[in-house]
Amino acid sequence: MKELETMLELKKITKMLGDKLILRNITLSLKEGETLAVVGPNGAGKSTFFKCTVGLLQPTGGEIILDGEVVKKKSAAIKQKIGFLGHESFLYNNLTPLENLRFYGKLYKVKDIDRKSTELLKEVGLYLFRDVPIRSFSRGMMQRLAIARVLLAEPKILMLDEPHTGLDQEAVALLNRIIKEKQKTGTSILIISHDFEQVHTLADRVAILKKGKIVDTVQLNGEMGLAEMKDWYEKVVMGA
Amino acid sequence: MIKIKNSGPIDRILFYILVPAMFINLYLIFIWSPVERMMGEVQKIFYFHVGTAWVAFLAFFVVGVFSVLTLIKPKMERFIYAGISAEIGVLFTTLALTTGMVWGRASWNTWWTWEPRLITTLILWFIYVAYLFVRKMDGSWEKIAKLSSVFGIIGVINVPIVFMATRWWNTKLHPVVFGEGKDQTGGGMEPEMLATMFFSLFTITILYVFLLRKGAQIEKMREVIKKAKNNVINKIAS
Amino acid sequence: MMTVLSDALTIAGKDLRSEFKTKQTISMMAIFAALVILVFSFAFDPTNNAVKAVIPGLVWVITVFAGILGLNRSFTSEQENDCLTGLRSGPIDAASIYLGKVLANFTIVTIVQLISIPVLFVLFNYRFTGSLLWFVLIILAGTLGFIIVGTFLSALSANAKNSEMLLPVLLLPLLSPLMIAAVQATRIALENENIENAIAWLQLMSAYDLLFFAACLLLFEFIMEGS
Repeated sequence: MKELETMLELKKITKMLGDKLILRNITLSLKEGETLAVVGPNGAGKSTFFKCTVGLLQPTGGEIILDGEVVKKKSAAIKQKIGFLGHESFLYNNLTPLENLRFYGKLYKVKDIDRKSTELLKEVGLYLFRDVPIRSFSRGMMQRLAIARVLLAEPKILMLDEPHTGLDQEAVALLNRIIKEKQKTGTSILIISHDFEQVHTLADRVAILKKGKIVDTVQLNGEMGLAEMKDWYEKVVMGA
Repeated sequence: MIKIKNSGPIDRILFYILVPAMFINLYLIFIWSPVERMMGEVQKIFYFHVGTAWVAFLAFFVVGVFSVLTLIKPKMERFIYAGISAEIGVLFTTLALTTGMVWGRASWNTWWTWEPRLITTLILWFIYVAYLFVRKMDGSWEKIAKLSSVFGIIGVINVPIVFMATRWWNTKLHPVVFGEGKDQTGGGMEPEMLATMFFSLFTITILYVFLLRKGAQIEKMREVIKKAKNNVINKIAS
Repeated sequence: MMTVLSDALTIAGKDLRSEFKTKQTISMMAIFAALVILVFSFAFDPTNNAVKAVIPGLVWVITVFAGILGLNRSFTSEQENDCLTGLRSGPIDAASIYLGKVLANFTIVTIVQLISIPVLFVLFNYRFTGSLLWFVLIILAGTLGFIIVGTFLSALSANAKNSEMLLPVLLLPLLSPLMIAAVQATRIALENENIENAIAWLQLMSAYDLLFFAACLLLFEFIMEGS
C-alpha cells in the first residue's frame, strides 16, 4: 500500500473565546481518503473545533494545514476544497433547488453547473422538485439538497457537522451511500457526531474530544464492534 | 487575565493637580476675569461651554483611537477604555449642549439655534448614544469589541463631515471667538478672558483624563468580579 | 479583484431573484412610502402653496423610512437556514458579500423611489419644472450614500436581537450630513435655482459616498468574522 498524503493537519490548535480556553493544544491529522469521526460530550468544544477547521474562526494559536497550504483568513482557494455540511442547510427558502445549486455553484466557480446540478438532483432524488421553492421542503429533503450543495464543488475534504440528526431512515441510507462512494474516490471526511451507530459504520478512526482536548483515538478498521466502541467511549469519558 | 491596579502614582498626581486647579479655575472665571460688556455675567458660562465641548470632541476622538487599536489587536483594556471614554463623552456632550443653550438664550434670545457647531454637537451626542447601544448587545466581548470598534471608527469619520455640511448649510450665528484666519485678532476677547479660557480648558481636560482612568479601573474590577462569580457558579454546578 | 466583482454580482442576483419572486419587501416598502406621504399630507395641507417647500425634504423622508424597512431584512433574511455562514465558509471575500448586498439594496430602493416619488408629486399636486437630469443625479448620489452606510450598519445590527430597532438609531445620525446635502441639492434642482450651488452639494455627497464606501469595504470583514 502506498503512503497516503496527509490531507488535513492540525498543529497544536488552541482557541480562546472570551477568557475561556475552549480548545487546548489539539493535534490531529487526516490522511487522504480517510474518514475520521470526532465524538465527545456536550460542551467539549466540538463545534468550535469544527468552526476553526472550516475557517469560520481563527484559532488563537497553532496552525491548520489543508492539502499542503496553511489555512488563513483570506484563502479562497483552500475553502474551495472544503465541502462543509453544517447544522443548518445554508439554503435559500425562496429559491428552487436548481437556483440554490446554481448560486453556490457560481460562488465555488464550478464549471458546467447546469449539467452537474441536474445530475446531483437526480442522485439525491429531488429532480422532480427542481422547480419548487424549497420553503415547503421537509427537513429530510432540505438535508438531501444540502448534501447536493456540498458535493457540487467536488471538494477534496468533506466536513460533516452532525449530518444524521433529524433524518429519516431513507435519508440516512442515502447519506451513508454517498459518503461511502466518496470514500472510495479518495475524499477525506471529517465527521462530528453523537450517533455512534453511524460513526461506527462510516469512520476509519474515531477521536474523542473532551474539555477541549483530544483524549484518545482508536482505529476501527472494521475489527472493533459497536458495543466495544461504546464501552471504550464510556471508559474514556467517565474515567480520568 | 486583567491586572487590577488601584490608583497608582499617576492617578494621585492627577488628583493633586485637579483639586487646586478646579478652585483656581473657579476663581479665575468668577472673580478675576472681567465681566463682558454686552452680555454681563452670563458670559461666564462660556468658559465651561468651551471646555466641555472640547472634551466632548476629544473623548470621541479617543474612542476612535481605541477602536482602531482594538481592531488591530483585541484587548480587554482597549475595549474598556473606548467604552469609558464614550460614557464620559455623553456626559460632557450633554453639558456642552446645555451650557450652549443657556448661552444662546442669553445672547440670541433663543434656546436653540440651528447653528453648525450646535448641530454637530447634537449629532455627536446621538452617535455616542448609538455607540453605547452597540456595546450593550449580547454576545462575547470579542464580538462586541469588534462591532463597536467598527461603529466607533465610522462615527469618528462622520463627525468632521457633519461639521462641514452644517457649516455650509448655515453660518450666520456663531460668534467667531478666535479670529478665524490669519490675523488672530479674535472676536474681541480681552487677554484675561483668553487666559481664563485656556486655564479652564486645561482643568477640564485633566478632569477628563482623571475620570477616564478611574472609570477604566472600576470597569476592570467589574470584570474581575464577574469572572470570579462565574468561577464560583461553575464550581457549584460541577 | 474581478472575482470579487463577479461574486458580488452573483450574490446581488440571488437577492434580487429571491425578492422578485415574492415581491414582499418591495411592495411593503412602496406601501409604507405611500402611507408616509399620506400622513404628511395631513400634517401639511397639500392644497396650500407654501407646501412646495417641504417637497425636497419629503422625497428623502420617504426614501429613508422605506429604505430602512428593506435594509432591516437585508441581513436578517440571511439568518434563515444560517445562509450567512454558508456564504462565509465559501471561497469568497467578505468584500463581495458587502458589495453584492449594496447592489441589491440599491436596486430595490431605486425601484421603490421610482414608484413613490411620482406618487408624492401627484398627491401634493406638484408640477415638476426643474432639471430632470440633475434631479436624477442628486437622487442617485444621495441614495447610494444611504445604501452604502445602511447596508453596512444592517450587517452590524443583524447581530443584535432587536436589530430592527437598533438600525435606525445607528443609521440616522451617520446619515445626517448626507441628508443635509441631499435635501439642499434637491431643493435647488426642484426650484430651478442656480445649479452651481447644487453642484457643490453634489460634490459633498460624492465625497461622503466615496469615503464611507472605502471605510465600509475595509471594515466589513470585521463584522463578518464571527467569534
